[in-house]
Parts: sequence; C-alpha cells; structure tokens
Amino acid sequence: MEAAVAVRALTKVYRVHERPAGLAAALRSVFRRTYKEVRAVEDLSFTIEPGERVGFLGPNGAGKTTTLKILSGLLHPTSGEVRVSGHVPRQREASFLRAITLVMGQKQQLLWDLPPAETFDLNRAIYGVPDQAFAETLRELETLLDIGALTKKPTRQLSLGERMKCELAAALLHRPRILFLDEPTIGLDVSMQLVVREFIRKYNEKHGATILLTSHYMDDVASLCPRVIVIDRGKLRYDGDLATLVKSIRPDKRIVLVFPAPPDRAALERVGTIVELEGTRAVLRVPQSEVREAVGHLVASADASDLTIEDPPLEEVMRDLFARPAEEPNEATK
Amino acid sequence: MNVLKAYPTLLRVGFSAALAYRAELVIWMLTTTMPLVSLSIWTAVAREAPVGRYGPGEFVGYFLAALVVRQVTGSWLVWEMNQEIRQGTLSQRLLKPIHPLWFYSAENLAALPLRAALCLPVVVVAVVYADLTRSGPLLAIFFASLLGAWLINFFTMAIIGSLAFFLESSTSVFELWLITFMLLSGYVVPLELFPGWVRGVAEALPFRYTLGFPVEVVIGLMDTKTALRGLAVQYTYAAAAATAAILVFRAGVRRFGAFGG
Repeated sequence: MEAAVAVRALTKVYRVHERPAGLAAALRSVFRRTYKEVRAVEDLSFTIEPGERVGFLGPNGAGKTTTLKILSGLLHPTSGEVRVSGHVPRQREASFLRAITLVMGQKQQLLWDLPPAETFDLNRAIYGVPDQAFAETLRELETLLDIGALTKKPTRQLSLGERMKCELAAALLHRPRILFLDEPTIGLDVSMQLVVREFIRKYNEKHGATILLTSHYMDDVASLCPRVIVIDRGKLRYDGDLATLVKSIRPDKRIVLVFPAPPDRAALERVGTIVELEGTRAVLRVPQSEVREAVGHLVASADASDLTIEDPPLEEVMRDLFARPAEEPNEATK
Repeated sequence: MNVLKAYPTLLRVGFSAALAYRAELVIWMLTTTMPLVSLSIWTAVAREAPVGRYGPGEFVGYFLAALVVRQVTGSWLVWEMNQEIRQGTLSQRLLKPIHPLWFYSAENLAALPLRAALCLPVVVVAVVYADLTRSGPLLAIFFASLLGAWLINFFTMAIIGSLAFFLESSTSVFELWLITFMLLSGYVVPLELFPGWVRGVAEALPFRYTLGFPVEVVIGLMDTKTALRGLAVQYTYAAAAATAAILVFRAGVRRFGAFGG
C-alpha cells in the first residue's frame, strides 16, 4: 500500500531580512539590505502509513509548522521529495486538496460574523460534497463534537473551545483521508482538550484517517499517538514509539502516593528521590529496575491510602532530550 | 465544472456576509460620493453658460450616473488581499480546491444587490430629472459596459492586491492608481471637457472604461456604433486585466510558497 506521507531528505531554507534596532540601522537597510539564511528544516526523512496517528514534537522554532505547511502544499521545499497520498503537495492539485485538511489552532477558516453553518455550507459547495453525504457527515460531526446548538450562532459569539470544535467540523466535512493538525487544542481548557482529543481518536478509528499532530500539550500526544517524530532545529531527533523514547531518555518511574496524614520525609527519601511533597501527597522518582522493590517497601511500611506508578511527564522527557547533543546514541529511528 | 456548481453557494454566503457588514458597506458608500460634489460645482458653472455640450441638466445626469456606476462596479479587493497576504490568512483559501480569485469575485458580486438597493434613490432621481438614453440597444450596451467596468476594476484590484506578495504593502500602489483613476476616468470631470491631447490619452488608457464610458453611454452622448466600438475596447481591457491578474497571482503564490506566509 502506498504511504500516506513520504518525506525524503526534505530541506527548507528561508532567506530572512535582518537589521538591528534604531534609526541609523533603518536608514542603512534602505540602501543595503542584509539577509540571513535560516534552515527551518534540514534533511528530514520519514514515512507515515495510512491510518497512523503520529505526534510531531519539537521546541518552538523546530520546524514543525514549516513541515506541515510543506506537506499541505502551502510552502515549497528548497530540496528533497515530498509525497502525500501519492501527490506532490506543491502542485496543489484539486484531488490532493480534497484528500487533506490542515487545522491550524491559531488561524481560523470560520466566517467571523456568520454562523458556522454558513462556513459548513460553503465547504460543502467548494468540495462538491453530495447533499446526502454532507447531511450524514454533519450529523456525525455534530454528535461527536456536541455542536448541534452552536452552528447557528455567529462565530464571534462562540467561546474559544466552541469555535475550535466548529473549526474541526468545518475542516472535516469533506472527509479528508489525511489530517494535519497544528496545535488544535491551543488555548483550550482541560475538559475541552479532552473532548477534542477524543474526537480525533474516534475520527481516526472510524475513518482510518492518517493523523499528524503537533501540540504543546504533551497529554494530547501521549494519549493519542503511539508513534512520535521529534525534530529539533529542523533535524530529526527521534522517530519511533513513544514508550521506547520515554524509556531511553528517562529510565525511571514516578510513584505517586497519597497519605491520610503528612508523611515522614526521611522515610520516603530511603525509597526514592522526592520530586514533590506537598501536604499528604508525595511523588517519588525511582529507577525502573527498583520499582518492584520500592513498591513492596512502601506497601509494607507506609500507610499510603493510594499508590500509582506513572511514566515521567513527557514534558520532562522532551526537555532532557533537547538538552542532549543531537548525535547521542540514544537517538532512535524507526 | 466544480466552480460553476459551487458559485451559487459562494454568492449566497457572500450575500449573507454583505448583510452582516451592511453598516460598513454604507460607510464605504458614503466615501464614494465625490460625484455629488462635482455635480454641485459643475451645475453652478453651467448655469452661467453651457460648458461644451453640457448644460446643468447634462451635468446632473452625468454625475448621478457616475455615482451609480462607481457604486456598482467598484471593488475593495485590494484591501482584503493585502491583509490576507500580509497576515498569512490567505493560506485558508489556498487550501481549498477552487482558485482564490473565484472566492474573491463571488464575495464582490454578492455585495452588488445591496449596493444597488442603496443606490436606488439616486437612480430614481436620475431617471426623473436627467435626460437618460431611451434607446434599447444603448441601454443593453450600458448594462454590458457595467459588467465590463466591474471586470476591469476587479482584476486591476487583484493585480494591485497581488503586489503584496512582493512588496511590504500594496496599498500605496493603490493610492497611486486611485489618483490616476480620478483624473482620467471622468469621475471628477467629464473627459470631453479636457483639452484635446489629455482626452486622447484618457481615451487610450483603461481608466475611462471603468467609469466614463458607461456613463457617456447611458446619458446618450454617443450613437450605438461608437458605443459598440467602445464596448469592444472595454472587453479587450477586461481580458488583458484578467490574464495579468491570474499571472501575477500565480507568481505571487510561488513566492508565498518560497518565503512563507
């Protein structure tokens, strides 16, 4: 089967005009402009199979949005090959644009002063969705996203979360096979993040759509994406399953304990490193190989009313990964 | 053709948007009432003695017609394109399987019924007080010339708007175009009243075909044969503007793709 997304040796270089602050520099730049080359993406290669959910991670300025824009045909690569659903994105063929969608959490397509229903109808016409299919998809999206009552209110009167749910509906009415989601949960509260996250999962499971997701909320990635692609300064740092990445970067676990009364600090320190101790709640870091022994000790000696074992937060894993030089051997590729 | 199937919906949604922005539209229309100022000045002058073929009645007819023609053929596309290109929101249009110029044209045309309705009182006054043409063929040419004027305006605005792909902002180019338009289209002064050589230049350039030409047709200043010849020139300009707009936009999108938006 043809890959949903195939990227080989992709490089994108921007030429950026730069000048220092101040009037003199401003005047100088009128006569002599200086430019700097910024390598936003460098020699990036990966393949995504149809139906995969992949998290695309990296710090700010890593090249994630640039890559998504290249994949959706908005930007042209400086060099390298890109194929999405068998198409070359930069050619922006109509059949390619019908197969994909790009949701940018910071840029909206909903018509601001009109109800979302108008944008939905516009997209129905633009994508040539037959009436019956449109009605079915809309019903499904309204149910999954719980937006039935919102679609007739002007967009400007909707809350951020309500707008994002309607944005997702507008972006999916033509049933795209490939979804590029750039920060779809940005600015949303925790409960709304959960709704959007669950919706993405259900859409993927029901329609077998391929999903490439960037998010600063690691919970989005951790709960949605079995595979992650990590880039830093435009270069690939990791491509593989999330659990392996976590294990290789942070070979420890967290034991979260809740006590009926504030626990003895010294007793906890004998079991593991205290990450957090606040009132009756404690979080310990313990090497993976010592977890069994530590739990046994805690169960026997402490009177914890609750005990859970967790992976370290993905934020910490990422921070540790980006703090290491790129060539370290822990780098894994699929 | 997908565009043809989609176009009625684009127009309908565009009309809803025009209704939502009706207050803005009225204010924009109020800024284009320059012909009323010209009307009051020139009718005062003509009361002393006719200026060329223009007496007070002709001036009333000319400038009321100029007001209506401007209202129904004007385009504000340059502002919209300028903003969308600079802020990168053009991306949303580029992601759709229909050329962005189709979207823009539908949004522009969809506002016409509202603009025409707001012009209705002026049309009534013009018909009652001014000596507009009664000839059927000339009226048909007039309506065709309105479409021609709109096409030239729309595609010229698309060309200037697309310059935002290459310049920091294209609105200063628009200002330059607007001044030339005011002088050479017959918007402020009927072209017939200019010295011969200026008139010659104005008649060769496209500006006249965006305003002066339809106005001259509807107030009966030319015979059918001359009007048809003018219409042919006007549509040639419209075709040239359309071709140029598509090419400049395409080059701009390539640049947008290379440098990001």
